[in-house]
Amino acid sequence: MAVEDVIRKYEDRLPESIISELMELLPRKVSEAKAREIMERVEAEYRQMLAEPGESVGLVSAESIGEPGTQMTLNTFHFAGVAEMNITTGLPRIIEILDGRRKITTPMMAIYLKKPYSQGKDIKKIALYIRETKLADIASEVSLNLAESKIEVTVDNEKARERNLNEAKLLKSLKAANKNLIVDAKKGSILVFKTKSKDENTNGIYKMKEKIKQSYVRGIRGIKQVLPVKKDGEFMIITAGTNLKKVLSLPFVDETRTTTNDLFEIEEALGIEAARQALINEVYKVIENQGLNVDIRHLMLVADTICFNGKLKGITRYGVVREKASVLARASFETPIRHIVNASLTGEVDKLNSVVENVMLNQPVPLGTGLTRLVAKPKRQ
Amino acid sequence: MAEIYVSGKFTGTIDNPVEFVQKLREERRKGLVPENINVAYDEDADEVHVEASRGRLRRPLIVVRSQKPMLTEEHVKQLEKREITWSDLVRQGVIEYLDAAEEDNALIAFFEHELTPRHTHLEITPLAIFGLITSLVPYANFNSAQKVNTGSKNQKQAMGLYSANYHIRMDMDVNVLHYPQTPVVRSVIHEISSYDKHPAGQNLVVAVLSYKGYNMEDAIIINKASIEAGLGRGTYYRPMVAEELRYSGGLVDEISIPNKDVKGYKSEKDYRYLEDDGIIYPEAKVREADVIIGKTSPPRFLSGMDQYRLASDTRRESSVTMKHGEEGIVDLILITENAEGNKLVQVKIRDERIPEVGDKFTSRHGQKGVIGLVVPYTDMPFTASGIVPDIIFSPHGIPSRMTMAHLIELLGGKVGALSGRYVDGTLFDSEPEEALRKELLSMGFRDNGVETMYNGETGERLPIRIFIGDMYYLRLKHMVANKLHSRARGPIQLLTRQPTEGRAKEGGLRLGEMEKDTFIAHGASLLLKERFDSDRTIVPVCESCGLIAIHDDYKKKDYCTVCGDSVEINYIEISYAFKLILDEFKSMCIYPKIQMKGKY
Repeated sequence: MAVEDVIRKYEDRLPESIISELMELLPRKVSEAKAREIMERVEAEYRQMLAEPGESVGLVSAESIGEPGTQMTLNTFHFAGVAEMNITTGLPRIIEILDGRRKITTPMMAIYLKKPYSQGKDIKKIALYIRETKLADIASEVSLNLAESKIEVTVDNEKARERNLNEAKLLKSLKAANKNLIVDAKKGSILVFKTKSKDENTNGIYKMKEKIKQSYVRGIRGIKQVLPVKKDGEFMIITAGTNLKKVLSLPFVDETRTTTNDLFEIEEALGIEAARQALINEVYKVIENQGLNVDIRHLMLVADTICFNGKLKGITRYGVVREKASVLARASFETPIRHIVNASLTGEVDKLNSVVENVMLNQPVPLGTGLTRLVAKPKRQ
Repeated sequence: MAEIYVSGKFTGTIDNPVEFVQKLREERRKGLVPENINVAYDEDADEVHVEASRGRLRRPLIVVRSQKPMLTEEHVKQLEKREITWSDLVRQGVIEYLDAAEEDNALIAFFEHELTPRHTHLEITPLAIFGLITSLVPYANFNSAQKVNTGSKNQKQAMGLYSANYHIRMDMDVNVLHYPQTPVVRSVIHEISSYDKHPAGQNLVVAVLSYKGYNMEDAIIINKASIEAGLGRGTYYRPMVAEELRYSGGLVDEISIPNKDVKGYKSEKDYRYLEDDGIIYPEAKVREADVIIGKTSPPRFLSGMDQYRLASDTRRESSVTMKHGEEGIVDLILITENAEGNKLVQVKIRDERIPEVGDKFTSRHGQKGVIGLVVPYTDMPFTASGIVPDIIFSPHGIPSRMTMAHLIELLGGKVGALSGRYVDGTLFDSEPEEALRKELLSMGFRDNGVETMYNGETGERLPIRIFIGDMYYLRLKHMVANKLHSRARGPIQLLTRQPTEGRAKEGGLRLGEMEKDTFIAHGASLLLKERFDSDRTIVPVCESCGLIAIHDDYKKKDYCTVCGDSVEINYIEISYAFKLILDEFKSMCIYPKIQMKGKY
């Protein structure tokens, strides 16, 4: 039998990655007996590395992430290299990921481009096209006319041209953005905004002014800044602010590699499996950045805990902890009174199946040596 | 237009604030405005702050005018002749006090030769930027700032002669060093503050050397012969107080030997040192639990029947006793009256403290460490000339902490000890290191302070020459004798039945949340249960209603307060804390029902 066949025999007992590694590394001229022995040893080694029943993998993961985490606390905010943008890294970033915050402090995207564009074709144009433009970005002056209750905005032509905007385009998008207002253009690139109803109080006008300044003109909503960079001989765009769904639908974007650091956007656009992988990548990136060494399997376990429900759930009392079966376990985390009171209202039963409850009652925890039980019931005399 | 605030209150505006501030300062120097106000112009906020409020920190500086300090040779001469005083200089506007705000407007020169036209003030001496205690750190300007700070903090904890009449004072927790010395390497502040009248350390021979690993992690090795000769020896004093308090209803405490039928009577043995007046005699050697002052108090709550009982029946014991782990000798007894006219007895206990492993020592540079090993004189390394160090200090403490002054002091101390003089280590104005080196060389030593040394145990020459010299060491008040603690069993708290906390209460050592996690991570489930067994209880539970039932030991009967005695009652083993939380649930109108499955 050839070496390959010997290895293939173990396909159902060893994971694929080990099989393929062996295929690559084992010399072909090894005798069959030797190959068998090697495989036996590999299997024994593999079995020894497996977690045993009753091993508290979750707690070991928590300790394995938590201990290096204590070394991280000191260097929190970090200015990551790429010009002018500073990114939340370190502990604050890990906390916001694991807490499952919907609003992250520095949303960012890495947009990769398809072939001719990735070589630098129209890179500046693309970048400007993606960037969201608001009226305030191109206005040079905003003046209030309280008497006639209207607002006049002077457009900076230079800035407008830079963004490839002409008057007609501008007017069209502004009309779409302010449907309750009458929008008009005057000479000298002045835009006039009027209310449909005649009388509007002063306060309302002021509020209107702020709203008009923020009205969407063009680009992709949420992309606040763009930065084309050359990375590994290829042009790409890094952005501040994200909108994965819209960006992926652009024809020139390489949708296989483009990504964001907003996990909820990934979940919405690509599904929970993608979000799980992104979560692992994001946490691992931070840990690696800090020069710490955490086995990725620990992160995988945490990611699975967060995602297994089909939706991202933070490790907070509103997320993962709420799902715990035991009342006492939930109460021992945060807001105990609320949990106990609610449990008493519904008449919840705590089966004492997990760790914390048993520690509270001073019973053996169902783990390790405490897991085994006598199955047979002795007959009572 | 700048706004003017007087002591934080808005008072008006001014058009040319710079000129205004300048004018006000001039008038203050002339004495037209009180000397104790300060003016500052905050350029960024465009505000003038005139401060006259109390509690500001201010410091004196020499006024500089057109690059010339106002203080002249003439002034100094007059001062020396005592013709003028400090306050005269302040009145003349030669010296003025600045607060933190006005300091922001000033440009202060360190030395006279550094003066430029922009300077407004001159430091009286560079030393003045530090406080009194920090100025006691020799060569502090060579240290990292953080270590100067810790060095000055450490000096506050040093054992010394804190007061000349300590033996008749009743201070709490006091340590007195038996043989204090004045430092060889000193600063002018040592002279000004007459440090030699209340010294707090000793000049020791220190070798910078490793010794079998016993001085790793900042520990120090100490020579046993030096300890026997009195190094770091001190006494710890602690007063015990008893007062005959008066209570409502004419009841009083009584200081006397308690009657045997008093509530809480200890044993006769515990009262053995008391004399007829109920107070211990001087020079009695006492140990833990011994009664120092016998005292009884009236009962806390008088019930109706009590008035018919004998007085001694109801009184309770409230003697002052030696606490757990304490020992000593009765030193001084004081019987007096306090402000309310109550009898007051104070007994001072003394305990000689000989340095032992675990006691804390430090140099004046924040180089603190505990004794790691006491080495017999015969095993200590020695120099070619036969000098045996008192202390072996680990060299690993130096690079990361950058306490250069520690090394310079060691060198300076060596020069001072060999030539029989004091070495001036005043900050910014000290004897230069080169001069010390030159002097050392002239006395026949290596200029860098190293010497050939020999292994004390084998007599072999050490392969490297060792840096050895003299320096001032302080013994700090933290001693193991006051901190050592362990417990196997002992007192528990009334509410939770868990062990008490803290050394004073003979408490348990907590196995915390994270320690608990390590047990779980190992899967040591049953060991974990055993560790948390401290408040284990066995309680009866009613099978019918699931509440904690009652066990009547007298009638040998179990019954449930809800279901009566005709239900099945079984026993479970739980932590008392859990029983307590069930009770708390009940107090919240929550019904915690215990459902039991068959035992295993």
